[in-house]
Amino acid sequence: MNKRILLTTGLILTLFEISFAQGSFTSDMMTYVIIGVVALIALAALFGVTDNLMKVEASKLGLDVEKKDIGIFPSIGNILGSNATHIGGEKAGYHKLNKGFDIQLSGEASPKVEEMKASRYAISPYDFRGISPIPKVTVEVGDIVKAGDILFFDKKVPTIMYTAPVSGEIIEINRGDKRAIKDVVILADKEVSHKMFNIDDSSVEAIKSTMAESGAWTLLNQRPFDIIPSIDSTPRDIFISTFDSAPLAPDATILLKGRESHFQKGIDILAKLTEGAVYLGLDASDKNNPFANIQNANKHWFKGKHPAGNVGVQIHNIKSIKPGQRVWTLGVQEVIAIGKLFAEGIMDFSRIIVVAGSRIANPTYVRTHVGASVSDILKGQIKEGEKEARIIDGDVLSGKQITQNDFLSFKSDQITAISEGNEYELFGWLLPINPRPSTSNTFPNFLYPDYKFEGETNTHGEKRAFVVTGQYEEVLPMDVYPQHLMRAIMAGDIEKMEGLGINELNEEDIALCEFVCVSKTPLQQVLREGLEKLRAEA
Amino acid sequence: MKLLDFIKGLEPDKKKSPILHTAYDAFFTFAYAPNTVTKNGVHMRDGMDLKRLMVHVVIAMQLCYIFGTYNIGHQHFIASGQFLGFLDGFHLKLAHGLIKLLPIYVVTHVVGLGIEFLFAAKKGHAVEEGFLVSGALIPLIMPPDIPLWILAISVAFAVILAKEAFGGTGMNIWNIALVSRVFIFFAYPGDISGDQCWISGYDSIAAGVQANYGWWHTGFFNSLFSMMDLPTFNAAKTTIVDGFSGATPLALAYEGGKELMTSKFSMDQIFWGSIPGSIGETSKPAIILGAIFLIVTKVASWRIMIGMVIGTALTGMIFNAWGFNAYMEIPWHNHLIMGSFLFAMAFMATDPVTASNTNSGKWIYGIFIGLVGMIVRVMNPAYPEGWMLAILFVNSFASLIDHYVIEANIKRRLSHV
Repeated sequence: MNKRILLTTGLILTLFEISFAQGSFTSDMMTYVIIGVVALIALAALFGVTDNLMKVEASKLGLDVEKKDIGIFPSIGNILGSNATHIGGEKAGYHKLNKGFDIQLSGEASPKVEEMKASRYAISPYDFRGISPIPKVTVEVGDIVKAGDILFFDKKVPTIMYTAPVSGEIIEINRGDKRAIKDVVILADKEVSHKMFNIDDSSVEAIKSTMAESGAWTLLNQRPFDIIPSIDSTPRDIFISTFDSAPLAPDATILLKGRESHFQKGIDILAKLTEGAVYLGLDASDKNNPFANIQNANKHWFKGKHPAGNVGVQIHNIKSIKPGQRVWTLGVQEVIAIGKLFAEGIMDFSRIIVVAGSRIANPTYVRTHVGASVSDILKGQIKEGEKEARIIDGDVLSGKQITQNDFLSFKSDQITAISEGNEYELFGWLLPINPRPSTSNTFPNFLYPDYKFEGETNTHGEKRAFVVTGQYEEVLPMDVYPQHLMRAIMAGDIEKMEGLGINELNEEDIALCEFVCVSKTPLQQVLREGLEKLRAEA
Repeated sequence: MKLLDFIKGLEPDKKKSPILHTAYDAFFTFAYAPNTVTKNGVHMRDGMDLKRLMVHVVIAMQLCYIFGTYNIGHQHFIASGQFLGFLDGFHLKLAHGLIKLLPIYVVTHVVGLGIEFLFAAKKGHAVEEGFLVSGALIPLIMPPDIPLWILAISVAFAVILAKEAFGGTGMNIWNIALVSRVFIFFAYPGDISGDQCWISGYDSIAAGVQANYGWWHTGFFNSLFSMMDLPTFNAAKTTIVDGFSGATPLALAYEGGKELMTSKFSMDQIFWGSIPGSIGETSKPAIILGAIFLIVTKVASWRIMIGMVIGTALTGMIFNAWGFNAYMEIPWHNHLIMGSFLFAMAFMATDPVTASNTNSGKWIYGIFIGLVGMIVRVMNPAYPEGWMLAILFVNSFASLIDHYVIEANIKRRLSHV
């Protein structure tokens, strides 16, 4: 602080010297300018002294001067970083995020839920990051299982069970490359019968063992790395985003409807598993948000475009993940499943899926179970067209490409279908014929803010070296520098990766950065390589 | 799609003739956006790509091109005392401008793109779009009478040493267009600085020197114009009048401050651009419109532009207060429309590759250029302009600025663990 005063005094002296040395002023205007500058500096000095006095007073009162940013001026750190105070202490419950971008797509689902019984369901070890490729499969083809019965477990972590989503007969155990287990397929019964579990939630140990035994533990996700947490770990906090801002994503109020009590029960259970708190991220643009009635959780409201609904963005803006810290994240339906387990003693893997996109004939919500066969869900749903349809498990930004022969992935709540874009386009880069979403104002898109795009999978250009700067920051409401992080990952500099905040990100958070990237860099892939490298080191 | 099939049939073999294939690929992807689809990661991509981005910078420069071309001819006739009104002798001025500009444009692109194609073929990847912008910028920052062989050497120097040696588009440290100009500035200073080089079409600038017309003037355009009953190029009549020096306003300001400068050129003239200078830098409205276009389309960083204005204005004010010599006493707001400040701000400093990457870094970078540029412009004993050297100088520090911004971010994150 003393430096600032010294600098100010020095400046004043220099200016006086200058004006004396000059002798005579050539114009009145210059005189006014100098008087103005001197007055400004005097004012600055006055403010500087006041600022210092305030800080002295504050530290006398025992307040943390560094952290709280007491005084008239924001600290330099605040000016340099867009939202620097978010790193570190917890922020208040309302967050307006100015950065981001909503990709408006046509084919939005109508808000009604259709019942759908798929004939086959499958659980795939591929969906669980970090599990050994050949888990111990405890069932054989022909066995009859109930929902909640063990299908397989990881030999390295024998306490955590991976269980059947529905009751029925095991009809296939498929193997992929290097004899890894690809999936375990169940031919479902007409009515699902459930295995009963002990619902003692009096102690943390009892909760954990019930969750591990029933398969509910596999619903948890640990950030960073996006793996199933180890059974003896305690997270710093648990974060739940109650809205999904991704294109065509399901409306969480529809997911919650009629299951509020189970959601509340789930929150109560989760609150016992953490030393910190359970945080709910709520959509501030929804006036009658049903999640506002949930108790026993710290509620934070978020207003903004995508990715405001991403749990990673919310964590960053609530209380960011420092290197070495671990938090858990869950989706709404996972919390409901855990709540139902402890309310009724059954492991209910039922799930509401949104089926949407420009190539879906009748976009709607479907109630089915985890791991349902995609061909059953999409029966008669894919619109015929000139181009092939791309079916995506998840949203268009960070989903996985699948075929009709696949099964829903473990945590999926969305299937999107858009057109493939494998066509040449004459001068398509300069004068595009079809409208396409873009953050760039070189397209007239900003004139039609409500236009819904069909969406197609063309890359609209070739891969190039990084040229444009600042484009990622425009769509990522976090105090990170994605381009520098990517460079650190490519260079394999682990220390820098951690310093630049790799722990706070996963694919869905930087998916929008990848979307806008002019150089068409595969950011999500690079980020995951970095996270895997970091996990191997840890 | 028949045309497409025909064009696809022409594709040369990549192994047998890599250079032909590279050239084919460059022109093919120029004509047709590729049919590649997304694989892992995002399934949809933004419609923006590097080609589109670069071409928008070129579009932003078009007004400068139009005005610059005409102004070459205008200055040529002003020197001989003919057609003093701006629109008098319109066809002659335009024709003379085209005769001067087109060869510069063609040589820049033949040399620059040729080298790009060779390197792309050698490295086995596609021709990158960087030279679209560099190639459009270089003619605009050259004097109209630049000898073409010097231009060719400078472009080759810039593309090979400042770009390809660093790894191609996106990897260079210094602005390519400015490197080519600075090469001429140091290797052939007489052709790019002083009073002799800004008026085209004369062997030297001295009273009584006759215009030097070639076949395009006397053969092509004169026969065309005489058919249309218009005045024609006449070398005998076009001689430099007494007292014409060829000096730019900046050179005058350097010698005698605002007084001398405004005795020859009014501030309006300096603003609108009917003054001698590099081809594209003279017309301020054309540049301002280009800059607004770049900001509205979000192609160039407004932070750098505003930072540079702030830096220049502040330094200008300090110089005004100092008032050591006549040049320093030129009001700071006049500095903003003098010389090539605006052109450097809109098109040179905003090059994203050589500027700072971080948003806060861009502010510092812009202000720093303004500061250094004014110091070079005003306090330099030999040369009255500073933006080229200032931008190249601050280019070298761009990564350092970023480094400190990034370190601050890392420090914030790693503290309070």
